[in-house]
Amino acid sequence: MSETVYNYKIVRGFAFSALFWLVIGLVVGLWMAFEMFYPALNLTPWLSFGRLRVVHTNGLGLGFALAAIFSTSYYILQRLNRIAIPFPRLAQAHLYLFNTAIALAALSLFAGMNTTKEYAELEWPLDIGVVILWVMFAINVFGTLIKRKEKQMYISLWYIISMTVAIAILYIVNNLEIPVNLFKSYSIYAGANDANVEWWYGHNIVGFIFTVPILAMFYYFLPKATGLPIYSHRLSIVSFWALNFAYLWTGAHHLMLTPLPEWIQTVAMAFSIFLIAPSWGSVVNGYYTLQGNWDQMRSNYLVKFFIAGITFYGLQTIQGPLQGLRTLSAFFHYTDWVVGHVHMGTMGWVTMIVAASFYYMIPHITNTEIYSIKLANIQFWLTLFGQVIWTTAMWIAGIQQGAMWKATNPDGSLMYNFLDTVASLYPFYKLRFAAGLIFFIGILIFVWNLVMTVRKQPRAAEA
Amino acid sequence: MGITSKPVVFAVLSAVVILIGTTATVFIPLFMPSTQPVSAYIKPYTAVEQEGRDIYMREGCNNCHTQTVRPLRTEVLRYGEYSKPEEFAYDRPFLWGSRRTGPDLNRVGGKYPDSWHYTHLMSPQGMFEKSNMPPYAWLAKNKLDTGYSYKKTLTLGYGYSESEVKQQISQYQATVTDGNYPSQESRDKVTPPELRKELTEMDALIAYLQKLGRDVKQMEPRK
Repeated sequence: MSETVYNYKIVRGFAFSALFWLVIGLVVGLWMAFEMFYPALNLTPWLSFGRLRVVHTNGLGLGFALAAIFSTSYYILQRLNRIAIPFPRLAQAHLYLFNTAIALAALSLFAGMNTTKEYAELEWPLDIGVVILWVMFAINVFGTLIKRKEKQMYISLWYIISMTVAIAILYIVNNLEIPVNLFKSYSIYAGANDANVEWWYGHNIVGFIFTVPILAMFYYFLPKATGLPIYSHRLSIVSFWALNFAYLWTGAHHLMLTPLPEWIQTVAMAFSIFLIAPSWGSVVNGYYTLQGNWDQMRSNYLVKFFIAGITFYGLQTIQGPLQGLRTLSAFFHYTDWVVGHVHMGTMGWVTMIVAASFYYMIPHITNTEIYSIKLANIQFWLTLFGQVIWTTAMWIAGIQQGAMWKATNPDGSLMYNFLDTVASLYPFYKLRFAAGLIFFIGILIFVWNLVMTVRKQPRAAEA
Repeated sequence: MGITSKPVVFAVLSAVVILIGTTATVFIPLFMPSTQPVSAYIKPYTAVEQEGRDIYMREGCNNCHTQTVRPLRTEVLRYGEYSKPEEFAYDRPFLWGSRRTGPDLNRVGGKYPDSWHYTHLMSPQGMFEKSNMPPYAWLAKNKLDTGYSYKKTLTLGYGYSESEVKQQISQYQATVTDGNYPSQESRDKVTPPELRKELTEMDALIAYLQKLGRDVKQMEPRK
């Protein structure tokens, strides 16, 4: 292929780690989804919903998404800079330590070692482990960038740089805690401040794991898979800086009408609306890249994934700012609407783009063809339908429960007690489980397809 | 653009851009009085209540229960007076939550007798057939570990001496075991005989739940 010998071992290692944690995280998710309407499934303390929920979010957020990001980042970095990563042994250690840390994270969360700060539930020794992992990754990121053989850094590299910087700041600031012993610590912030720091983190960890590096994949793999250049370089510059600037102001839209000072909430609301612009900058850039070549939706199986993914990103970035408005938050917050919102992002946007990226990347690094385009197409429709049914069920459930919480009798008293509002959701929870199962089957096909792709390759060809 | 050929400059610039919003909405508020108001009515948790809070965290109760009542008419009707910032002065971490699969708990203290909580935690479905809350009967089978109780209150800056912490623990133990405890019957139903004279994890969790919102209730009539 090319005269440079790239390190694809690390790319492949992280790719299959991602697939492994994806399956584990989804099995946990399905189990919890069943518990929501069949509480007898809370069989043991470590299988109770309160513990499983954090295993699910951490397993998929840290295990699946981060591994997919590391995999594609190592690939994109090498290709766009035209050199192999400078510290391959460090990267290999990064891979082993990563999987060890995720396994320990899962075990500790099953055991109830939970700081309760959402998406930062790991106890302090594992926090230190995560920081070390991040430094190991950052050394190779900047090492590759500094030694690069290509003069200009392409858009995807900007997103990888800002992710590397932002996650470091977010993770360290939010996880500052005082240990009591090896398994227990307390946040250094209290009350409203702790809430403000946590949701600044919570919102931006979504931004810099589920948005920024996924955009890096989108901007790299869409042109690669289609042979079409990105529509507007200028639009991508404006979108990039505006997104990075505005994202950090918006965390408090998770805290509407709470005891947090009102001005912080209002500022968050304003910046959330502003954030639609840079988000849609990328959406528009994606759509216009295909201008005049929309026939690839039929002829190129990967384009479907990219276009569906960026469409859900577009919907997500409209829905999010709107539900963050104080008036709408008063109705939607704390209901399943928000659960539906999150899963449109993860199951629609993130999974679609990661799937397309892997389908392009894995055959390339193993110098072979995809095992089955037909299976990839089946996966596309299963995950698409699974996700749409899943999220729609949760939106309707959210509207219903929100309305029931607010319903009053003519004399001003509440119309429903809390339990009525829970019991009314069970049909939606059953539908959600079924939809999750459809999605999961799609994912199993995805994993199978990639495993078979790698197995096709003759051993001698491996680098 | 020049900076797209300078990765280190690019990284520094990214950090600066990211830190502007962070400083304005997170770092500066950390030091503003409005984010950390205090009230003489709000007392820190006792050692037993804190142990209960840690069990609440361990079991991830915050994944289904919020602890912040919003200033909305139906919400105040359902749960009680809306939440004030000073109530959370001792909450490290905060436990406001993000999803109400179950009801808000910020005003649950004093709403029901302890016996209600023993019966409910033992089997939520026994009390409410359609509830989807996991049963927590096993919490009554675990003796409360108070080995770190003093160190915890010390770390949290509650200002108790070691003997005060010991006294708080033995006092609460006496309350639930001395035979005059009004909720003894329901406690005995869920607590195995060998632990009936000890403090269990369920005892501590209930002590914590009964603390939630009580200080605020005391301050309201006086105003």
